[in-house]
Amino acid sequence: MSEIPGELSYTDSHEWVMNDNDGSVKVGITDYAQQSLGDLVFVELPEAGETVNRGDSCAVVESVKAASDIYAPVSGEVTEVNEALIDAPELVNESPYDDGWIMKIRLTDEEELGELMDADTYESLVEEEEDDE
Amino acid sequence: MGKRTALYDAHTALGARLVDFAGWDMPVNYGSQIDEHHAVRRAAGMFDVSHMSAVDISGDDARAYLARLWANDIAKADAPGKALYTCMLNDTGGVVDDMIGYHLGDQRYRVVVNAATTQKDLAWMHEQAAGHAVDIRHRDDLGIIAVQGPKAHDAIAEALDEELAPAALNLKPFYAIESYDWLIGRTGYTGEDGFEIILPATEADALWSRLRRAGVQPCGLGARDTLRLEAGLMLYGQDMDDDHHPLESGLGWTVAWAPDTRDFIGREALEKHRAGDHREMTGLVLEGRGIMRAHQAVRQAGSEGEGETTSGGYSPTMEKSIAFARVPASWQGEVEVQIRNRWVPARMVPLPFVRKGKIKV
Repeated sequence: MSEIPGELSYTDSHEWVMNDNDGSVKVGITDYAQQSLGDLVFVELPEAGETVNRGDSCAVVESVKAASDIYAPVSGEVTEVNEALIDAPELVNESPYDDGWIMKIRLTDEEELGELMDADTYESLVEEEEDDE
Repeated sequence: MGKRTALYDAHTALGARLVDFAGWDMPVNYGSQIDEHHAVRRAAGMFDVSHMSAVDISGDDARAYLARLWANDIAKADAPGKALYTCMLNDTGGVVDDMIGYHLGDQRYRVVVNAATTQKDLAWMHEQAAGHAVDIRHRDDLGIIAVQGPKAHDAIAEALDEELAPAALNLKPFYAIESYDWLIGRTGYTGEDGFEIILPATEADALWSRLRRAGVQPCGLGARDTLRLEAGLMLYGQDMDDDHHPLESGLGWTVAWAPDTRDFIGREALEKHRAGDHREMTGLVLEGRGIMRAHQAVRQAGSEGEGETTSGGYSPTMEKSIAFARVPASWQGEVEVQIRNRWVPARMVPLPFVRKGKIKV
């Protein structure tokens, strides 16, 4: 069973989004995503200052098994990345919603937040994927 | 739903993450693949490899038949109980499969072949058996458990009964002991000391439980892959296949050429490959950031030709990315590997990367 905090928003590609309520969001990958990937051993982060469009591949996480793209859940400017992941990618496994955050994005269009999934919807998606396994 | 080994319930009870592997539901890990990897390098781990197929070959012509079927020389397995690693080639010198063959007794042999290739192998073996007095029998009534690591010896001493344990512990590497329907070989696929136990599927669960009580860490196919990669051991379907011959697959050492009159299937084609230009398998250690994976391009500044990785990943022992790559035979030293859109520097090294817990490169 994976943890799905109620206060966050989600994408169907398993990113979570935390609204900082100051025009910025924090982004990471979900507990379900890190469990599916297995032990992470490498993270490729975007540069702060980079502009991303919703749906763009903007980072890569690699586990012992495979590489997986992280897609920008919203459009905007990357203002900060979690540099701690460069030397300690395992933080994503250990603490996907906290120490394992990936980047902060300053939104260009706050309305995009309304198009993300809430926790209940995301939970049904995860259940469906688990059934397919 | 895929096929299940006799240990399926044991895996789910341990919380295994299951994946489809060649039509079987197999554990990829039981939590952390890296922890499982370290358990084998530092203590002892066990793998359910019952999806692999044991095939018994017996009859008056068994030895003569295998002498043609195997690219390695069956004479090396003439001692009873001797095991031999070999490829089985097609007429163009490509690899039908790789296998360990065990000499069980007078004109009695057993081979263990890959899960994904079992039906193809059986068809090929039957086809080649025409005119030979041999009986080929797929033993799908058997399971296989591999126990690997520096503490495998102690675990076996504890988990086997008092009759089998001393015989197993006395085995030299690449020897096996048979007792009723049990076959215990001092073989493996990890670069560590260890045993592979072929036993009736109905008895697999009891042995698995005894090994658990002896402190052996259950390990999934994920750790099996990183262990064999570090140990420089080739994997069928990635590093060799029907279209690639042993000489370009890091398996030239398994082909027995002498004497010149020795006749084995694929020899004629392989002689031509041997005389011509062919690429060779090398180890790569990544020097830049990233993780190498299979099928990435490899280039060398100032050199002709191109190379390609066949297997790649992360080495938990070295904490670096390592790979196997097929490259022009003249290359040595520094190369670059294309990871997504970047060319990342890497260094060519002889295999293995790791053996018996020690980094060799």
